[in-house]
Amino acid sequence: MTALRSIFKQGREPSLVPNYIIMGVLLAFALAPILVLVFNSLKGTAEIGTNPLGPPQEIVWENFPNAWTQGNFANTMGNSAFLVVSTVTLQLALCGLAAYSLARLKPPGGNAYMVVLLVGTTIPFWLYVVPLFILWRTLGLVNNLLGLIIIYTAGGAPFAIFLLRAFMLAIPSDLEDAARIDGANEYQVFRHVILPLAWPGFLTVGLVTALGVWSEYQTALIFVTNPDLYPVTTSYTAFVGRFSRDWGLTSAAAIMMIAPVLIIFLSLQRRFIEGLTQGGVKL
Amino acid sequence: MTEKTTLDSGNIELVPSRPQSNVRWDKRPFFRQKILPWVFIAPITILYVMVVIGPSISAIGYSLTDWSGIGEAEFIGLENFRKLFFEDSNFRIAFGNNLRWMIFFLSVPFILALIAASMLAPIKRGAMFLRTSIFIPYVLPSVVVVAIWRNLLSPRRGIGAWLGDRGFEQFNRAYFGNPDTALFSIAFVDNWHFWVFLLILFLTAMQSIPPELYEAARIDGATRVQEFWYVTVPGILPTLAFMLMMTAIWSFLVFDYVWLLTQGGPAGASEVLGTFLYKEAFNRFEAGYASAVGLTISTFAMLIMGFVVFLRRRGVEI
Repeated sequence: MTALRSIFKQGREPSLVPNYIIMGVLLAFALAPILVLVFNSLKGTAEIGTNPLGPPQEIVWENFPNAWTQGNFANTMGNSAFLVVSTVTLQLALCGLAAYSLARLKPPGGNAYMVVLLVGTTIPFWLYVVPLFILWRTLGLVNNLLGLIIIYTAGGAPFAIFLLRAFMLAIPSDLEDAARIDGANEYQVFRHVILPLAWPGFLTVGLVTALGVWSEYQTALIFVTNPDLYPVTTSYTAFVGRFSRDWGLTSAAAIMMIAPVLIIFLSLQRRFIEGLTQGGVKL
Repeated sequence: MTEKTTLDSGNIELVPSRPQSNVRWDKRPFFRQKILPWVFIAPITILYVMVVIGPSISAIGYSLTDWSGIGEAEFIGLENFRKLFFEDSNFRIAFGNNLRWMIFFLSVPFILALIAASMLAPIKRGAMFLRTSIFIPYVLPSVVVVAIWRNLLSPRRGIGAWLGDRGFEQFNRAYFGNPDTALFSIAFVDNWHFWVFLLILFLTAMQSIPPELYEAARIDGATRVQEFWYVTVPGILPTLAFMLMMTAIWSFLVFDYVWLLTQGGPAGASEVLGTFLYKEAFNRFEAGYASAVGLTISTFAMLIMGFVVFLRRRGVEI
């Protein structure tokens, strides 16, 4: 039977050569623009003028230190790193607690709460941005990184709660019951049983949130207008506006901005893709 | 929902005979079962109400006023909406552009992603590499995607200029500066980053289709195209339908790419509701009017979702 099957397959299995060719073309479409960005970051101003698309004839590294100082990267990367770390921490802590309660403690009205949250995910940013801006101005949270952190944490909450709850539901409850019989309180159960077992969920949510915050543009544009507090995205657009003719400089700045993202993505890509494709999150 | 709990996890009264009066308040079952769970949920809920729910509700009130965001708000009833629908030609232009944007995004990325996913699904060797590297554009921030493509489509030094030097002058044009091409060019740039997201979603869905269905189709002599229509498409239909709905909704919320590339120009040629609202709210300080625009955008999003729910109720399997 297996022999027959392999003969059958050899005759009928369609060749994969066209698949590889088409995928090769699409891969080139996806990666060639990034490759040009890398090329340009290594060219001097003179070479950009004569050779704006091809590989550099002479590699110039100065663009990177120049962009770092002229784009004030030390400051803006610090702002963005602070936003990322604070948002991820706050979101994992608060949404983790809520998800744990919804998955395990059976709060009365928990299902209704989930429905409200689901409806909440459909509320567009443009509906609440104007009243939110006025509220934030009253509270002194405009031009304040804490203001952005709260918006990011709340905005990502439904996704984080849904995903963390799903991960926690998958943990066998016998383990928790065993801990309870040994005298653990709810907090200890959460800390010593749920957290270690649900950490892949926390990692996934943390990665998606971190990427979202690092790349976020429109909220930062509206809520932070003080250049000293700019995160990398809005400061990068200001930088490109100032040096729009110097492609070498702006390309180097772009590379420095995406390098941390790419390194983390490539080393944790499986979890990243899983997180980004769950629940239809869009960046 | 797949809830499976073997024991009532909230109930830890293993020694239930103790009289309650001797038990500390935080050990009492009422607290543990009814209050404590909500203590855990409360902090994030307070933030969510403060940021999303509260302002969304007050947007309805704002939309009925003439207000600059500072000082007294003047109640004017539905005047904002009357002006918006019947007088404001910029709103009409923006709405039309959002519809064009939606048509583009419901077709081009879906066709690309469906073709690519069905090409990638049977590949075993190098699948992981292909999947990961083609996904890279999706993790790039919008500001970087825009910087890359503004250079590549620059009239003097970009791809167009390169083609122009080789005799294809018709390709050497200011794609973002020309009213005829601006919107489409922005959509192209956004799509470069977006379509790979659909590709990965479709690929995941396709990999869960039982291989026996393909074998059966092959034994019946189905061609590749027939296989695609009769096995692949029905197999990924839930994902496909969900993403069509989400993409239609997102089409009304677009902002980043348009704002970064043209700010809605030239002469409103690429104005969309997002950029229109931003200008009304943060350049012209029309908080009341902008809230009316926000409410209108949300209504479009809700209508799309309502349409899908209606189809489902009618028994269309999506």
